[in-house]
Amino acid sequence: MDGILDVLAWILLGAGAVFSVIGGIGMLRLPDFYTRMHAAGVTDTMGAWLILAGLMCLAGPTLVSAKLALILFFLFMTGPSATHALIKTAWYAGLKPLTTDAPGKSGEAPPSKP
Amino acid sequence: MLHAISLTAILFGAWLLLSGYFTALPISLGVLSVAVAVGIALRMDVIDHESHPVHLTWRIPAYWIWLLVQIVKSNFDVARTILGVGDPIAPNVVTVKPSQRTELGQVIHANSITLTPGTISVELEDGEITVHALTRASAEDLATGAMDGRVSKLEGAA
Repeated sequence: MDGILDVLAWILLGAGAVFSVIGGIGMLRLPDFYTRMHAAGVTDTMGAWLILAGLMCLAGPTLVSAKLALILFFLFMTGPSATHALIKTAWYAGLKPLTTDAPGKSGEAPPSKP
Repeated sequence: MLHAISLTAILFGAWLLLSGYFTALPISLGVLSVAVAVGIALRMDVIDHESHPVHLTWRIPAYWIWLLVQIVKSNFDVARTILGVGDPIAPNVVTVKPSQRTELGQVIHANSITLTPGTISVELEDGEITVHALTRASAEDLATGAMDGRVSKLEGAA
C-alpha cells in the first residue's frame, strides 16, 4: 500500500515539475505580456496542483494532508484573482495586446523554434 | 442567521484542523477566537450571500469537477502550444455576454475563465466579460457557451 502511494506521489510530483517547467518555457518563448500570463497560468494550475497532490500522497491520511488540501483550496480561490488583477492593471495602463486577425497566421512575432 | 452559523462552523473546523491539538485549553481559545471573529463580522455586516455563498454548497462540487476536467484539458492544449506542437498562438480579445443574473454568478464565470489556461478575463463590466484568448481554439471553446450554461445552472433559481 505504501509502495503504491509512493509511486503515485513521485509520478504526480514529476508531472507537476514538468508542467512548471513548461510554464517557465512559455514565459520566455511567448511574445507579449498577455500571452505570457497564459503560460504562467499553466504553472499556477497544473504545476502547483500536481505538486500539492503528490505531497499529499507522500504525507498519507494525516493532518498534514488536510492542511495541504486547504492550501490547494486557497490556491484555487486566489489564483484567478491575482491573475485578473495583473491583467486588468496592464489593460488600464494602456498596454495593447498583440492580436492576429488574419486566419491561419500565427502571431506577429511568432516564437522562434529552439 | 444561517450565514453566521455556517461561518462559525467553518471557522471552528479550520481552527481544529490547523491546530491539531484536541485538549481543553486550545479548544477553549478556539471557541473564544471564533466568537470574536463572528461577532466582528456581524457588527461589520459583511456576512451575506456574496461573501459567504452557502446556497451554492450542494451544487458546487459537481461544477468544480466539471471545471477541473476543463482546466486539465486546456492545460494540455496550452502546454502543447508553448512547446510548438499544438495550435499556433493567435492572441485575440473577445467579449462574452454572461447569462448569469447575479453579480456573484458573473464573478464565478469570470474567475472560471481566468482559471482555465488559454483564456483570461480582463474586465467584467456592464454585464460583459472581456477575455484575452491565447489561441483561436481557446476563443472558440469559449464561444460555445458551455461554461456559461454550467455557471447559470450552478446559480440556480436562488
